[in-house]
Amino acid sequence: MKMKSLIAAAALAALAGTAQAEVKVGMITTLSGGGAGLGLDVRDGFLLALKQSGRDDIEMIIEDDQQKPDVAVQIADRMIQAEDVDVLTGIIWSNLAMAVVPGAVAQGKFYLSPNAGPSALAGKGCHPNYFNVAWQNDNLHEAAGAYANSAGYTNSFILAPNYPAGQDALTGYKRFYEGELSGELYTKLGQTDYAAEIAQIRASGADSVFFFLPGGMGISFLKQYADSGVDIPLIGPAFSFDQGILQAVGDAALGVVNTSQWAKDLDNPTNAAFVESFAAEYGRLPSLYASQGFDTANLMISALEKADVSDVEGFRAALKAADFASTRGDFAFGPNNHPIQNIYVREVIKEGDIYTNRTIGVAIENHADAYAAECGM
Amino acid sequence: MRREHRLNALILGLVLAVPLWAWATSEPFTITLATRAVIFAIAGVGLNLALGTGGLVSLGHAAFFGIGGYAMGILASHAQTYTPLFEWPFVLEGTKSMPVIWLLAVAASALAALMIGALSLRTSGVYFIMITLAFGQMFYYFMISWPAYGGEDGLSIYVRNGFPGLNTLDPIQFFALSFAILCAVLYLVTRLRASAFGLALGAARQNEARTRAVGIDPYRVRLLAFTLSGAITGLAGALFADLNRFVSPVMFSWHTSGELIVFIILGGVGRLMGPVLGAALYVALEHHLGGLSDYWQIYFGAILLGVVLFARGGLIGLIVGRETAHD
Amino acid sequence: MTFVLLVEQVLNGLQFGVMLFLMAAGLTLIFGVMGLINLAHGSLYMVGAFAAATVAGATGSFLLALAASLGAAALAGALVELTVIRRLYGRDHLDQVLATFALILIFSEGTRWLFGSFPLYLDIPPALSGPVALPFGIDYPRYRLALIGIGLAVAAALFLLISRTRLGIQIRAGEEDREMIAALGVDISKLYTLVFALGAALAGLAGALIGAIQSVQVGMGEPVLILAFVVIVIGGIGSIRGALVGAILVGLTDTLGRALLPVLFGLVMEPAAAMSAGASLASMAIYILMAAVLILRPRGLFGRA
Repeated sequence: MKMKSLIAAAALAALAGTAQAEVKVGMITTLSGGGAGLGLDVRDGFLLALKQSGRDDIEMIIEDDQQKPDVAVQIADRMIQAEDVDVLTGIIWSNLAMAVVPGAVAQGKFYLSPNAGPSALAGKGCHPNYFNVAWQNDNLHEAAGAYANSAGYTNSFILAPNYPAGQDALTGYKRFYEGELSGELYTKLGQTDYAAEIAQIRASGADSVFFFLPGGMGISFLKQYADSGVDIPLIGPAFSFDQGILQAVGDAALGVVNTSQWAKDLDNPTNAAFVESFAAEYGRLPSLYASQGFDTANLMISALEKADVSDVEGFRAALKAADFASTRGDFAFGPNNHPIQNIYVREVIKEGDIYTNRTIGVAIENHADAYAAECGM
Repeated sequence: MRREHRLNALILGLVLAVPLWAWATSEPFTITLATRAVIFAIAGVGLNLALGTGGLVSLGHAAFFGIGGYAMGILASHAQTYTPLFEWPFVLEGTKSMPVIWLLAVAASALAALMIGALSLRTSGVYFIMITLAFGQMFYYFMISWPAYGGEDGLSIYVRNGFPGLNTLDPIQFFALSFAILCAVLYLVTRLRASAFGLALGAARQNEARTRAVGIDPYRVRLLAFTLSGAITGLAGALFADLNRFVSPVMFSWHTSGELIVFIILGGVGRLMGPVLGAALYVALEHHLGGLSDYWQIYFGAILLGVVLFARGGLIGLIVGRETAHD
Repeated sequence: MTFVLLVEQVLNGLQFGVMLFLMAAGLTLIFGVMGLINLAHGSLYMVGAFAAATVAGATGSFLLALAASLGAAALAGALVELTVIRRLYGRDHLDQVLATFALILIFSEGTRWLFGSFPLYLDIPPALSGPVALPFGIDYPRYRLALIGIGLAVAAALFLLISRTRLGIQIRAGEEDREMIAALGVDISKLYTLVFALGAALAGLAGALIGAIQSVQVGMGEPVLILAFVVIVIGGIGSIRGALVGAILVGLTDTLGRALLPVLFGLVMEPAAAMSAGASLASMAIYILMAAVLILRPRGLFGRA
């Protein structure tokens, strides 16, 4: 039963007059509930790239996973069993990716990840049909550790929620950071009050604070931190500083340094055109999630131009070549189909009334992930 | 034959007919949906034993659903990696055999229900609702922060577990298995409700003092009901994990507990087939409303509200009228 | 753990506790007077925060924002009471749980439909921002001190309202014997609407006050709602005094548990394992507290038998 979201295909088919869908793409993403902002950005970035490609033979089926793993699995089952899609994409959260991806690729489908990059899928669980177009989960944290070294920090206080991605974040930071730790804290997932943690940071005598607190947790932490009067510099991954969140944090985020594989002001023609057309199409600035959705679609389109999706070997090789113009500039896949790319350092600034990020340097050049060696592909 | 009995037969027939029709027309996904409904129904029938027959409104049954799920996840993941769960005091190996998994899921969730029930049943009314909610949340936070089995990421099992003589990866065969279990559970619950235990449980709900006066200890009867209820819900959890080939702490969240209650209310509290109709309806609504709008939960909320406010006794109550419920 | 840090953590626990009290007071009042269990109380907290963020964004005034949060939540509360809640008074708790669960879905998705999926901005007023120096060399955020003050003031006002005013007498009478006060000529349906709106306004105020230091987003009410339930169950459902004691107990247990448990575990375990185990136990601490209280006193600390 397919009732929804032939959005792109329907519009394009109407223009072209012929609706001959040759490729079916299933997008499972989060469109309702508290995490919907991320899914909307990925979807909108992806659809923008499709629209710009002018192709009328790509049929999109978009479904909301409600950020629940069992719902995502159910949708994936339907897309594979009933709709017979060729390519799956769209999942935002690592736990949902872990629920869906192994089963999907085992059934011969391609999966292109526009956001989640759990370590299990980069190492032992890697698969020739699984391509990650965003990052391996640890990458931005590793870059933050590298930045801390170059900024001369030697005594960091680090904190993250007590769940696997949080533990990976602190591990990732420590993998590159060479100084001492003045404190290491795990907070409760979904926690909104950080008074106790900030008090400990104040008492710790640290020279820098690294934190990974995605979504609402990061907003709460930043506001409370700014108000506490503690002025130890903050470092974080881009997830707490994306375009959707910054407006809710306001002045509290100004000047905070964060690491990202993408920024609005990266100097390459693809990115300039993307930022402009995204803003024109949707009336808001793109976030890194939107850029990842956009890149994912362009990677897929570049592969479709070289090989038919039914030619599994050919299509796989075409994806692996990553022969597309990325919004991030240079982009290549490593041996485990995860990106090798620069990770940049950004700083939060205010442009007019809008809070946004400015690139201030490169944290790590051509960075690959730590798990590629475990991948036996 | 009373109207409710005819209706029960009709509901069961429909639950069987839809996937068979889907099988004939090769719509495997409809079979998966029907299997989901059947598994939710088993969990609901389990909860209904405590909630409908015993009047024990538990907002923590997600704990048992989750324990059943993790029993499957933990056993199967150890079988997947060929490592034993523990070696002392005896060696316990993982397994991919459904009957063994079910046995352990039922045992583990019954044990948990026995312990939670023993403490919670000291309270009643709103306090009971809240303390069961608190126990559920304890399990939820524990599973999220316990790294051994994936924490919040959960556990993926790549191949569905096996059942002797069946190919469980074939949707219709797995459906048949789940449906058979639903029928067995319904039979068990019917027998239980007609037994001396069932009558004592109903009596304790209606008039505690009088029950005590005839020499029955309501606490022990309720504890037994709560334990059985948790065990059945745990069995459903193990099946649900196998349906998705995945478990995660979401199974423990209080929303899951709320959804289990929703099945019962939609169908009809205390009615044997209430949770079956409720679960089928819930899965159908979730599937169809989700396609209509990104904001489908508004409509779902409105429908739920309508049922609670205007269709007392749930849909079965609405159809069969005031013919004695709670039997 | 130094003395200064400990004092600071106790203040944090106290601040968390008094804010929980604002939520819990409404819940417990509504249960005490109408016998209603309201899961949608967290949605009214969210309504207050969204109203405050909208008004603060339009006018720039935090006081107007607070007024808006009170007004919007009270209005939403009264509307819900008139259309839905009053049909639930005679029903069993199961129906109430379900109907108010449905209201959560409607409120949450409705808010998302109106305001979009991204969090809103609400900041601390400039007059209350930054830290203030306390004795013993403690730097403590001014806004959090203000929250403690506001919370205690509201608690005092609530006690006065209930012990000294006509409305308070009616509320207390309603808790004792619902049929009786109708017989005494009190317009009971008006009283119920009023109590519900009062509880809603308190929740809305809490949402606005907390929204300024946390994030104003859909679903923000649910974690607080569950905590508020824990509070009133520990305190004894229907008891305002119990709600105050329970709220402060929960606030202190949660905050001090998070700060102290990892340190305590560190005395006997490896640092990394201690941190993880301590954090896990801390996240369960208040539920363990609640279970312990209920096992010892099945009707809560101040509940009536």
